[in-house]
Amino acid sequence: MPNEHDGTPPESNESLSKEELKKRAAAEAKAKALELAKQKALEKKEESEPAEKSNEPDDTLAKDKALAAAKAKAAAAAKAKAAAAAKAKAAREGASDGAATEDEKALAAAKAKAAAAAKAKAAAAAKAKAAREGASDGAATEDEKALAAAKAKAAAAAKAKAAAAAKAKASRGGAADSSDASDEKAKAIAAAKAKAAAAARAKAAAAAKTADEPAEEQKPSPLQPLLDKYKAIIQKELGDGALGDSYINLLSKDVPTLVAQPDTYFKIAQLLKHHEELRFDYLSELHATDFETHLEVYTHFYSYSHRCPVALKVKINREEAVIDSLAPLWAGADWPEREAYDLIGITFKGHPNLTRIMMPDDWIGHPLRKDYEPYDVEV
Amino acid sequence: MIRTEEMLLNVGPQHPSTHGVFRIVLKIDGETIVEANPVIGYLHRGTEKLAENLQYTQIIPYTDRMDYLAAMTNNYVICHAVETMMNIEIPERADYLRVLVMELGRVASHLVWFGTYLLDIGAMSPFLYAFREREAIIGFLNEISGARLTFNYMRIGGVKWDAPEGWIEKVRDFVPYMREQLAGYHDLVTGNEIFLNRVKGIGFYSKEEALDYSLSGANLRCTGIEWDLRKDEPYSLYDRFTFDVPAFDSGDAWARYQCRMAEIEESLKIIEQAVEQFPETGEVMAKVPKIIKPPKGEAFVRIESPRGEIGCYIASEGKKEPYRLKFRRPSFYNLQILPKLLVGENISNLITILGGIDIVLGEVDG
Amino acid sequence: MVNDLLTSPPGWIHAAIFLGLGACLLVIVLGFVTYAILAERKVLGFMQLRPGPNRVGGRFGLLQTVADVMKLLIKEDTIPKAADKPLFVLAPVLAFAPAFMVLAAIPFSDHLKFSDLSIGLLYYIAISGITTVGILMAGWASNNKYSLLGGMRSAAQMISYEIPLVVSVVGVIMFSGSLNLTEIVEGQKTVAYMFLSPLGFIVFLISSIAELNRTPFDLPEAESELVAGYHVEYSGFRWAFFMLTEYVYLFAMAALTTVLFLGGWNPVPFLGFIPGIIWFALKFSLIVFFMIWVRGTMPRLRADQLMEFAWKVLLPVALLNIFVSAVVKELFLR
Repeated sequence: MPNEHDGTPPESNESLSKEELKKRAAAEAKAKALELAKQKALEKKEESEPAEKSNEPDDTLAKDKALAAAKAKAAAAAKAKAAAAAKAKAAREGASDGAATEDEKALAAAKAKAAAAAKAKAAAAAKAKAAREGASDGAATEDEKALAAAKAKAAAAAKAKAAAAAKAKASRGGAADSSDASDEKAKAIAAAKAKAAAAARAKAAAAAKTADEPAEEQKPSPLQPLLDKYKAIIQKELGDGALGDSYINLLSKDVPTLVAQPDTYFKIAQLLKHHEELRFDYLSELHATDFETHLEVYTHFYSYSHRCPVALKVKINREEAVIDSLAPLWAGADWPEREAYDLIGITFKGHPNLTRIMMPDDWIGHPLRKDYEPYDVEV
Repeated sequence: MIRTEEMLLNVGPQHPSTHGVFRIVLKIDGETIVEANPVIGYLHRGTEKLAENLQYTQIIPYTDRMDYLAAMTNNYVICHAVETMMNIEIPERADYLRVLVMELGRVASHLVWFGTYLLDIGAMSPFLYAFREREAIIGFLNEISGARLTFNYMRIGGVKWDAPEGWIEKVRDFVPYMREQLAGYHDLVTGNEIFLNRVKGIGFYSKEEALDYSLSGANLRCTGIEWDLRKDEPYSLYDRFTFDVPAFDSGDAWARYQCRMAEIEESLKIIEQAVEQFPETGEVMAKVPKIIKPPKGEAFVRIESPRGEIGCYIASEGKKEPYRLKFRRPSFYNLQILPKLLVGENISNLITILGGIDIVLGEVDG
Repeated sequence: MVNDLLTSPPGWIHAAIFLGLGACLLVIVLGFVTYAILAERKVLGFMQLRPGPNRVGGRFGLLQTVADVMKLLIKEDTIPKAADKPLFVLAPVLAFAPAFMVLAAIPFSDHLKFSDLSIGLLYYIAISGITTVGILMAGWASNNKYSLLGGMRSAAQMISYEIPLVVSVVGVIMFSGSLNLTEIVEGQKTVAYMFLSPLGFIVFLISSIAELNRTPFDLPEAESELVAGYHVEYSGFRWAFFMLTEYVYLFAMAALTTVLFLGGWNPVPFLGFIPGIIWFALKFSLIVFFMIWVRGTMPRLRADQLMEFAWKVLLPVALLNIFVSAVVKELFLR
């Protein structure tokens, strides 16, 4: 297996010009992508076959299945590795290219540098895009060509590594499976591995997709319907203006996030708890943050009856930090609200016992505020 | 009924059964508790404030000090939060190592609970037996991380060290040994009439109350709710293992005891499978940037620690330090129900109930 | 020799001899206590996978307790400011003195006994009750809430368990027809009373553990609940007195159990060549070991369960034992 720390792909030849190399790499990458797609289709067929036969007790069939699964796993693992390597390459290239700039071809060097920078940014951009539409400006200003080149290079490196990895894995997996394929345990392991491989494949595919088409629109989150449902219910029950904002927080496992107005915060919470279709009976987390322009209370709820999560936020005026308490709705909000009062300085209206909880009762100031200065009697 | 004058009794902050610096101000009538008022914060170290001036990797050692009985899950939760934000893929081998150390930590944590709980109830020996097995686990964790309790083992993108030679085999051999010892514990304690009388029907709460008070972990499962984040919101590799979520219906200290003992067995199952599936070669660190800078935004992730649901909230400005870091500490949430459970109980039951909640004061106070 | 002294007319020489003998006994008892504590720690250590004392006095820690007592002797004697001073000082003495007094009535072998009271058993039970007063006094005088709770628990427990304890030995009294401990032992020449009244034996054993405040009945000093119960404010030698009381009672209670149920110095059939005192020591050690064993195994009862157990289980069983003993006596021992 090639050393992953080694940044240079095996077929990269220093005598070739960067331009040529790039072109070739791009071509190869394309070919590879095609091949991958084909292979994937094949595997899918392969996998679905044994799945259908899984009921048959025949031992040889089971053996076949295990082998197939192992094979599938090897391929998927290779793919996953390819994706990872590509990503890693992109990240590392920035550093390794520093040496290349020594080259007398100043123009090519500059281009390479630009490419490296672009690569790093491209990865970031892909992610950032997922989070916010507007934040990708950095990547957008970059040269499209450089971006493509970066991709191609990464793909070339990935290919070599993937091939080696696949070979190694396949031989190992094959040996292991043939020796004790009849064993029940081996079968179970193989099944688990196949499951893992499937997950890896899905991930790899997703990664490949985002890497290939960073400009493409992110497909809607699987939790989008949930958010739409929440929004619809809140709109129906409390009217249009109740909800300040709502979005899917892609950084936080796609949790549907609602932003309430200070005056509708309690009403929305009440609705979340008591509405038949929502029933958020579990308060998982409540805390506050000082964002300097405002304070924010973040709550995370979970509905055990419908098995779905939601995050509810509310922005509070920093000077006059007062908000309704959720303790009457969820007894579990009692201490977290006291903590928020103690450390951030938010007064919760209707809280049964709003006293300091972490700091001593005579403490002055709220330590987690960004402008907090420890009070000292002697100063 | 005779009513006598009420008396204020300060249990703690230094008391053998509060498991740390925790204080309950009791109003008692004879030995019956009329009112209980827990006072916490004696161990508050301001982890969240400190974290605002630390780089992400530098925060990991601080998490070790929160739940010091199961530091691996704490390590994991912050790494997992950052990895979720940055969309980092963890190498398979590193993920397996993480699962192994977390499950070993869970067994060790439950063993400490088992021992100290029995010690609270007045039986001395189980404590020492449980610590023998825990010592073995701590030995494993020491071998892999270089520390016995505050491991600082995980990194964003993987783990710091690969397993040393022969480590996996040792862990594999430990599982049957632990099962055998566990059977011994059951023989010694589980059927003991005095023990059963002490825990059955004590500290009861219903399903609805458990949810209302945001309880998690065994404290939630003892009411019959089968909820385990490892199963229901799988993270890491937990969807590759077959294990059960033990849940008992009675909602009392006895159910909590059974839950935790059953969880040891389930963790052993996971360890067994993880050892079987452990990849022979591979990296233990993903390729991550030298300086970790999660994108601007916020994330809240939660995972299952031995004590319940541990969560980590990060608000990032895209800088190398978090803008705000917050841990959802299960012991803190679980302890809230204590004053409600204590009213009307006698002082002996205070110990049974408090011990049954399984708190770690480092975590309660953050 | 002792019998002659007991029956001869009183005089100063006799008083001096008795004083000397008493001092001897005290030394023996203290020696026993020293090694009983060591034995307890060693046996518990053995049961709990640890070596126990192993530094002071050689490999077996033979002088560990001596060192501990030395430490206690030279410790500062603290009396809390808000404590009731006279009671605080008196309490350990009042707790300890009866513990030593009861030893006078216990025969250790055919010849080794200090007084041959005709109501030896009654004497033992009556005198040992005084200790409760000492403990309650300690709990009250300390002016500490934990102490008070411990003292209260202790009083409630001792009173409750005294009753099944006394009732359980009625069977033995019926068999032997005497309250004199020597006569009770003589009555067991052929068969020990533990076989004739097994119910009584079990009730007595359980009640005696409760009387001794040992696990699983150690509520008065429940460490995990009341920190140390009635002696939480005591330190130094006053505290040592309470410890001493506990272990002297362990000595006395084990001796009494041996006398009442295990046949005292009577040998096991066919092994009569072994002297009686050895037999006594063996049986006695067995009881002590049993108590340590129980301590290593059992969790603690709760206060209300403790009371319930005494009144609802032990007492009826003890009463039943009287009936059964009467039947046995009528049918087999006539």
